[in-house]
Amino acid sequence: MKLWNKLMCYSRRRSPWLFHMNSGSCNGCDIELVASLTPRYDAEQLGVRLEGSPRHADILCITGPVTHNAVNAIKTVYDQVCGPKAVVAIGSCPATTNVFIDSRTLDGPLNKHIPVDVFVPGCPPRPDAIIQGVAKAAEILAARGMNPPVTQLSIANVSEAAAKVEVQP
Amino acid sequence: MIWDSTLLNALARLLIFPGLLFAVPAAWYFLWVERKAVALMQGRVGPPFMQPFFDFIKLLGKTTPPRSGLGGLLMRAWPLIAVSAAAGAVGLLPVLPSSGGFEGDLILLLALLELPSMCIIAAGFSSRSIFGEIGSAREAVLSVAYNVVFLLAIVSVAASQHTFRLEALAQLPASPLRWLGVLAILVCLPAKLHLNPFSLPNAEQEIYSGPMVEYAGPELAMWELSHGLEWVAATGLVATLAAPHITIWWLAAIVFVGLMFAIVIALSTLASATARLAIDTTVRFYWQCTLIFAVLAISSALFMRFRS
Repeated sequence: MKLWNKLMCYSRRRSPWLFHMNSGSCNGCDIELVASLTPRYDAEQLGVRLEGSPRHADILCITGPVTHNAVNAIKTVYDQVCGPKAVVAIGSCPATTNVFIDSRTLDGPLNKHIPVDVFVPGCPPRPDAIIQGVAKAAEILAARGMNPPVTQLSIANVSEAAAKVEVQP
Repeated sequence: MIWDSTLLNALARLLIFPGLLFAVPAAWYFLWVERKAVALMQGRVGPPFMQPFFDFIKLLGKTTPPRSGLGGLLMRAWPLIAVSAAAGAVGLLPVLPSSGGFEGDLILLLALLELPSMCIIAAGFSSRSIFGEIGSAREAVLSVAYNVVFLLAIVSVAASQHTFRLEALAQLPASPLRWLGVLAILVCLPAKLHLNPFSLPNAEQEIYSGPMVEYAGPELAMWELSHGLEWVAATGLVATLAAPHITIWWLAAIVFVGLMFAIVIALSTLASATARLAIDTTVRFYWQCTLIFAVLAISSALFMRFRS
């Protein structure tokens, strides 16, 4: 059983499947996310696959400052991703709502609505940074698999749990 | 005692070679070769060797959404049926000469090969997702398009060699007509395996993942495995028809696996070099361009049969 758990952890770390969601982004971060899969950066070496359906994904990558229209969609898609799961916020917009702060069309930042595990700052972030963020999220995912699911925890607890995870090279 | 040995032989073929023990690692290996070949064609490094295995284990450890009622039960059943049909098709391949025991003919193999795509169609419709239903409808149209050519090619191979038994087909020397049939089967394989010029049922950009859109966790793992087993069975069928008859069993196995590998490389290269065709273009391709080919093969096979 211990061996199986170890194998499961290792497999979770080696095979992060992404689902990409735009919550009102300017498309800058979306292009960079796709660029991280191109021949120059080749995230598939880490087992990364961009999936078409949230049901298939392990890691939810969200770009954009979270508009009012996107809130319900984000919550629905977050629930559709099967556990264990992790969330990566790509770019400065989901972290802080960036230059759109105080806009009346926004309901950000992202961690008001769902627990976020990794923030990748930048406007837009470089593909290398996105790949590093995804790799960290995969490590959090592997550590989370051993423990009971954390979907019920409050946001502060989740970010503490995420901070406690030791990132191994 | 004879009964015992044939039963053992049959079990060994179903469970060891070319059955499950060979087929499951071979399925993962072919899935990796497919992804790696596409990556190399695009100038990337591609996934590590164990990637399909890691994907499979990871999917086994994920949760599935709650499914209730008969629809839920069916949704759980389709991937299992697909996997068992594909594994049975692999077990039927006559790789080792004169092994006796579990002998099936071409018609059983064709039925088992067709079952996974039937399951995909049913799975898309029972998922009640609009994307799943579109994917299923596309899969059904695709299946009608290539199956006419595929079945005609198989019938022409069988008619030209006067037998439907796989075992006998593998041992008979190949006639020129058989090569025509093998070529027609090869043309159908990209559609059967949903590879790129004909990958419209699982088009991930337009309709998410088509019929698989609602599947998650272990069920998705079973779909991946059945896709891999389909690779093994379909390339194995071509390898059986194209391989020369060799009596030394280990050499026969090596030639068989080598031929399968070559077909996988060729199909993956084709997949990465082409773009996805629309449904009407696909149907036109099979019904207008390739059908002539298959009709030619079957009519000359029947003609030769009546003459002899």
